[in-house]
Amino acid sequence: MRYSGFRILKEALTGHKGWGHAWRDPEPQASYDYIIIGGGGHGLATAYYLAKEFKQARIAVLEKGYLGGGNVGRNTTIIRSNYLLDGNEPFYEFSMKLWEGLEQDFNYNAMVSQRGIINLIHTDAARDAATRRGNAMILNGADAELLNRDQVRAMYPFLNFDNARFPIKGALMQRRGGTVRHDAVAWGYARGADSQGVDLIQNCEVTGMRIENGKILGVETSRGFIGAKKVGVAVAGSSSKVMAHAGMRLPMESHVLQAFVSEGLKPLIDGVMTFGAGHFYVSQSDKGGLVFGGDIDGYNSYAQRGNLPVVEDVIEGGMALMPMIGRARLLRTWGGIMDMSMDGSPIIDKTHVDGLYFNGGWCYGGFKATPASGWCFAHLLAKDEPHVTAKAYRFDRFLKGLMIDEKGQGAQPNLH
Amino acid sequence: MIIHHPILGPRDAQEFVYLGDASLIGRPDGMTASIEEFHNYTYLRDNPAGAHRELWYHEQGDRSWLVVTRNTVTHEILQVELARDVARAEGRSK
Repeated sequence: MRYSGFRILKEALTGHKGWGHAWRDPEPQASYDYIIIGGGGHGLATAYYLAKEFKQARIAVLEKGYLGGGNVGRNTTIIRSNYLLDGNEPFYEFSMKLWEGLEQDFNYNAMVSQRGIINLIHTDAARDAATRRGNAMILNGADAELLNRDQVRAMYPFLNFDNARFPIKGALMQRRGGTVRHDAVAWGYARGADSQGVDLIQNCEVTGMRIENGKILGVETSRGFIGAKKVGVAVAGSSSKVMAHAGMRLPMESHVLQAFVSEGLKPLIDGVMTFGAGHFYVSQSDKGGLVFGGDIDGYNSYAQRGNLPVVEDVIEGGMALMPMIGRARLLRTWGGIMDMSMDGSPIIDKTHVDGLYFNGGWCYGGFKATPASGWCFAHLLAKDEPHVTAKAYRFDRFLKGLMIDEKGQGAQPNLH
Repeated sequence: MIIHHPILGPRDAQEFVYLGDASLIGRPDGMTASIEEFHNYTYLRDNPAGAHRELWYHEQGDRSWLVVTRNTVTHEILQVELARDVARAEGRSK
C-alpha cells in the first residue's frame, strides 16, 4: 500500500479498516542469498537498498529482539555532515543527500527536519578550527557558515554569552543539518524492505556461524540454522559478540552513552546546538521536550544504562550554557551501547571469511550515517567492492597507519 | 560504582581514570615483536560481555594503577588488585 493524503482521506471515510500491517512477520526459510544480522537502522537500510537499488533477492534480516529496539530507538535524532577529514566528509555528505530524499524514496513520514545545527566557538583557536572544518565541508559539497557572536545571539538570546570560562564568540553552522524522527527511520526502512520482498525475522538471535574452508555457509540462530551465500553483520554495540562467532577480535570497545529528555516546554530551541567545550548538546523535539546528551560514561559496558556522575556532568554543561533549564524537570534518561572504535571512525569491509561482511564501529555517530551506511554496505554486499565514499572504512587501516581520527586521540576508544 | 581499593578501601569510581583492557600490561617486546603483534596489542580487544579485567588509575587518590575485574553487563565489581602485583605475577618488571 502506498501512503498518501488521498489514502488518509479514503481511510477516514471507510472507518480506517484498510490500513493493514506495515510489514509481514514471516517464518525463516531454510536459506537465503543474503542474511543481514541486525534489524536496526543500518541493517534495515542495508536490506532496503540491497533489494531496491542493487536488485538483489532472497534477503532476510535477523533481529534478536524487535525491529528498531537498539540504538536507532535510543539516539538523539541529529543529522549533520560537518566532518573534517577526507575519509569521512564525502560519506556523511552522501548520507545527508540521502536524508533529503528519503521520505519520498521510501514513502514514509520520517519527519526529516533541516532545522540547522550550530557548533559553538569560545576562543580564537576554536574559530580557526571551525573555519578549517567549514572549508573542508564546502570543498566536499556540503554547506557551512561561520556565525559571529551577534548572529548567534539573534538566534538564541537566552544563552550565557559571558560565561567566565567559555564565553560564546560565534558558531559554525550547517543549515542543512537537523533532526529526524528516529523510530520512523527504522519503520520506514522496514516497511520499504518488506515491500521489496525482504523477510524481516524478529526474535531470532544469531548464536553461531557455520564456516567451512574459509567460507560462510549460514548462521545458527535461536530459530534454527539458516543458510546463506553472503552474511552482513550490522549490530553496532554488540559487534564484538557477534564477530567472535567468526573468531574475530575487533578494533573496538563497547561503551554506554546516555541521553536525556526534559518535560515538554514551549518552543525554545528551533535548531540543534552543540557546546563541545562543555560536553553538552541539545535540540527540542516537536512535542516540546529538550533532547540532550553529553559524553559517554567512559568504561566498557553492555548494560544499556549509565551511572549518575555522567548525568551530573551533562546537566552541569546544560546549566553553564543556558542556566534557565535548571527550572525544567528531567523526564527520562536512557542508555545505549556504542561500538567505540580505535580511531573514532566506522568500518564497512569484507572479513577474512569468504562471504562474511562487517558494518560497525559507529561510535556515538551512527544515526546520521544510517542511509549512507545502508547504501554503502549494500553496495559492498552486492558488488564485492566498496562504495566510493566508504573506501577508507577498512579493517586494515590500523595496520597500515591510515587511521581516520577526527579528534586526534589515538587508540583510546573512550576519548573519541 | 564503588571501587574497593586494596589499600585505601571503598572509593568512588569518579576519582579514577579508565584506560582499558588489563591485557595492555602485556606489551610485546619492542626489539623482537612483529608489526602484527604490536597491531594486535594496540588495536584489537576481546571486549567481552561479562567479566572484564581492566586498568583504572587512581588519579585523584594515591596515583596507583589498579586491575579491576568488573561485569560489563551489570557493572558489578568482582575483584580489585594492584596492577603492580598483577604485572609482577605475569613476570613483568624483572
